Amino acid sequence: MRIWASRLLGGLALAAIAGPASLTAARAADTIKVGLVAEFSGPFANAAREMDNGIKLYMKQHGDTVAGKKIEIIRRDIGGPAPDVAKRLAQELVVRDNVDFLAGFVVTPNALAVADVATQAKKPTVIMNAATSIITTKSPYFVRVSFTLPQVTAPLAVWAAKNGVKQVYTMVTDYGPGIDAENAFKKAFEANGGTVVGSVRMPLSSPEFSAYAQKVKDLNPQAVFVFVPSNDQPAQLMKTFAERGLTTSTIKIIATGDVTDDAVLEQEGDAALGLITSHHYSYAHDSALNKAFVAAYAKEYGDFRPDFVAVGGYDGMAAIYAVVKKLKGKIDGDKAMAAFKGLKIESPRGPIMIDPETRDVIQTVYLRKVERQNGKLVNAEFDKVENVKDPGK
Amino acid sequence: MLAHLLGVLFDGLAYGMLLFVLSVGLSVTMGLMGFVNLAHSAFAMLGGYLSVTLTQRLGVPFLATLPLAFVGIAALSTLFERLLYRRLYHAGELDQVLLTIGLVLMAVASCAFLWGTQQQQVDPPPYLFGYFSPFGIDLGFYRLFLVGVGAVIALGLVFGLERTRFGAKVRAAVDNQRMARGLGIDVNGVFALTFAVGSGLAGLGGALAINMVGLDPNFATKYLVFVLLVVSVGGLGSVGGTFAAAALLGISDVAGKYYLPEAGAFMIYAVMVALLLWRPAGLFGRR
Amino acid sequence: MAAPAPTAIDPRRALAEPLRWQWGETVFWLALLLPFVLAPTYLALASQIAIAALFALSLDLILGYAGVISLGHAAFFGIGAYFAALLAQRWGWQEPFSGLVLSGVAAAVVGYLASFLIVRVSRLALLMVTLGLGVLLGEAANHLTSITGGNDGLHEIDVWPLLGRFTFDLYGRTAFLYTLGVLFLMFLGARRIVQSPFGLSLRGLRENAERMPSLGVPSRRRIRTIYTIAAFYAGVAGALLTQTTQSVALDVLSFQRSAEVLIMLVLGGTGRLYGGIVGAMLFLVARDQLATMNPQYWLFWIGALLIAVVLFVPGGIMGGVKALRARVGLRP
Repeated sequence: MRIWASRLLGGLALAAIAGPASLTAARAADTIKVGLVAEFSGPFANAAREMDNGIKLYMKQHGDTVAGKKIEIIRRDIGGPAPDVAKRLAQELVVRDNVDFLAGFVVTPNALAVADVATQAKKPTVIMNAATSIITTKSPYFVRVSFTLPQVTAPLAVWAAKNGVKQVYTMVTDYGPGIDAENAFKKAFEANGGTVVGSVRMPLSSPEFSAYAQKVKDLNPQAVFVFVPSNDQPAQLMKTFAERGLTTSTIKIIATGDVTDDAVLEQEGDAALGLITSHHYSYAHDSALNKAFVAAYAKEYGDFRPDFVAVGGYDGMAAIYAVVKKLKGKIDGDKAMAAFKGLKIESPRGPIMIDPETRDVIQTVYLRKVERQNGKLVNAEFDKVENVKDPGK
Repeated sequence: MLAHLLGVLFDGLAYGMLLFVLSVGLSVTMGLMGFVNLAHSAFAMLGGYLSVTLTQRLGVPFLATLPLAFVGIAALSTLFERLLYRRLYHAGELDQVLLTIGLVLMAVASCAFLWGTQQQQVDPPPYLFGYFSPFGIDLGFYRLFLVGVGAVIALGLVFGLERTRFGAKVRAAVDNQRMARGLGIDVNGVFALTFAVGSGLAGLGGALAINMVGLDPNFATKYLVFVLLVVSVGGLGSVGGTFAAAALLGISDVAGKYYLPEAGAFMIYAVMVALLLWRPAGLFGRR
Repeated sequence: MAAPAPTAIDPRRALAEPLRWQWGETVFWLALLLPFVLAPTYLALASQIAIAALFALSLDLILGYAGVISLGHAAFFGIGAYFAALLAQRWGWQEPFSGLVLSGVAAAVVGYLASFLIVRVSRLALLMVTLGLGVLLGEAANHLTSITGGNDGLHEIDVWPLLGRFTFDLYGRTAFLYTLGVLFLMFLGARRIVQSPFGLSLRGLRENAERMPSLGVPSRRRIRTIYTIAAFYAGVAGALLTQTTQSVALDVLSFQRSAEVLIMLVLGGTGRLYGGIVGAMLFLVARDQLATMNPQYWLFWIGALLIAVVLFVPGGIMGGVKALRARVGLRP
């Protein structure tokens, strides 16, 4: 027993000395490391891939050296919504790889779990997709470049109320972003004189929508507001609607842009024509930067279209590059956050800015209609609301 | 009111038929040989991807890909059976579970690598799109097609089991394997062919599913749970049981979502647990 | 798991032998402290391995020793995890050690209730019933958003510093020693259980459940008891996860987690207590390394690893060790 205790003490002593030393010893002077933590395998693999494509494209277009330092991306896979894994990966990236930035996160629970790692280690963390409002409030080192559901939903509600829509039935997926969307829509819609006549929350797990579509048909409301996350659900939902004649009926269908995500729009086919959505990025956005972005993406990745997740990755890198340049390659957590605040970037989606108070993104939200242009289905922008902040805060 | 109910029942039945085609192969093979093949839904997924490749790369019309998916996956599964499964017939359930889970993981990663992680689609002929409304009940054409296919397969299997010599051998082996061997029935050969047919049906189910629930590399793991539910509720080795269980679960799911949307996906699992508590060996099971 | 061939052994020696603590075991447990010194940046992973090892150990109690195959064991892990979160966050009970015990008890209560259903079925039907119950619980948790936080989960779950002084640090040092300590203590408990007459009767049940009552063993009651104990162990493992990561989400109850713990246990070898620990180490280290090398397609290599183990090392790692020792001439 005594031998055991002394071995234990010896081990502890060694570790106490060895521990902090390893943190400072391995800091390579010429690279800036970005720890990319995302869900590369599992149910959100497609979104993580789009995000990664956006990141790689930015680095290809702008080179991988900024302010004399090389930018290195270290990719770690969370495997799905698994906060314990996300937290561990963030810890390892900080203590083992000595990253200067953390980035990524397709889904909310993973981002939330990393909050106190970011705060304890003072690592600027760029949220490139996860869209629930509260995320940026959880750590002063969180900055978001993607969007939030309330941010893109409220303008849609306002537009609908101002364009003759008086009654809406809401259908959202039963999880964080969905509930955010439902609440944001209701708040903005009712504030502008509309009434929400009913609502339903659909489970995240099975993409079988016949019951929900039938309910809509039976209720026959004036309009339906839909939010489903953009992996397998939009195509199935729209096809089920179309099968029942809902897309050609008098019922007006409005949705957030996740439902007409550029990556899955073609799969929805004609069922999606005429759908009015609101979002922050459209593949068909008419700007020189976007056209160049889309062309470069097509060259690298063939048939796949970039979507808002890819733009999140692309702009996340743009933000990181801008901050590295501003700090001349010497990354300090607090200085980096100060550099992020108020940062303005010209993105393929339009202009964006990081709100200095909330560290969340302020951007233009577009109203779009699904049309066929040059034989392809696109979200054609017809109106916009500029400088939209996240109303959730 | 009645029209709504009938519409919901119809939609649930259609979903149930899809589950039936996906699961019946597993029920029969598990009842026959007691072999826990968790890779069954992976075969379904591969059938779906085969159908997608045939329609997109080779321009084969969708309906023609269905029998091709059946045959293709039946052949593929025979290959696996010969190389891998055969070695574990007399091993315990755990080894079989481990082996087949390993196959599922490899299948998921391979499909992600070969076809990418995005949603796949097929183009069924235009006459399968849309719906008609006799007596005010909405009947979608694709769902009618599914119900038709499911019924034909069920009848075919029942006929095959009840009226053919091969079917008699299968039933004998399910009832009492040792006795069947004692009577000179080549149980291993019977199993090999049954396994091929069962996996082929899974492949067919995968192809049929694309237009209804989509296809991506996660199909195998997502639908494994549903397939196991149907098989456990229906009872191992029983075509009728699988049919009843699939119909029941499909209808509970759709009806639950229609009449009790707050309960959501809960219904299908609650019904399953209730049924299993009442009859632990399944509706038509025997163990 | 095929029934092992009967061997000729001296009953008294066979009973007395395993009770003594072997030198190899001392080496093993001391070696588990090595990461603290040799790999200080891997401690977060090591903590999660310790937690998984405890979870696998709990499954071994019912599977390896009583022959109850469960595809829904994550239910108890999840109950323990969420209970620990609610204790600390909702009900203001932030003392960590008692939190573990209370969460374990919560899981044990549910386990006790479930055990009445479990004993009514066997083999393949049992697999299905456990699967169904596990999935049902997952769906319920998904639905009860006000309690479980739904898909987003519960976060910022704080407990008091351990022994009044040690907080969970960025390197994971405290977490590592905490989880390892709990694992060791509970392992000692499990060892006691399986080597008692109660444990022996369980092994008898595993081999031939029908005969045991003729020996005067109340088989159903025994299985219910071990199932409840196993649920306690799994609940403690789940609570450890919540306390050391300060978060919990629906994945703790998922079918995936049930399947993973089963894989870990079978990889390591069932019925040998150390199997769960060794299997957890192998699986999680392999997964971590493979995922680092290939974040998108590592599932492929894990699948291949599983198939290779099943085909070439039946009985898992511990089975392989036993075969090796027999080859070399040591006592099994």
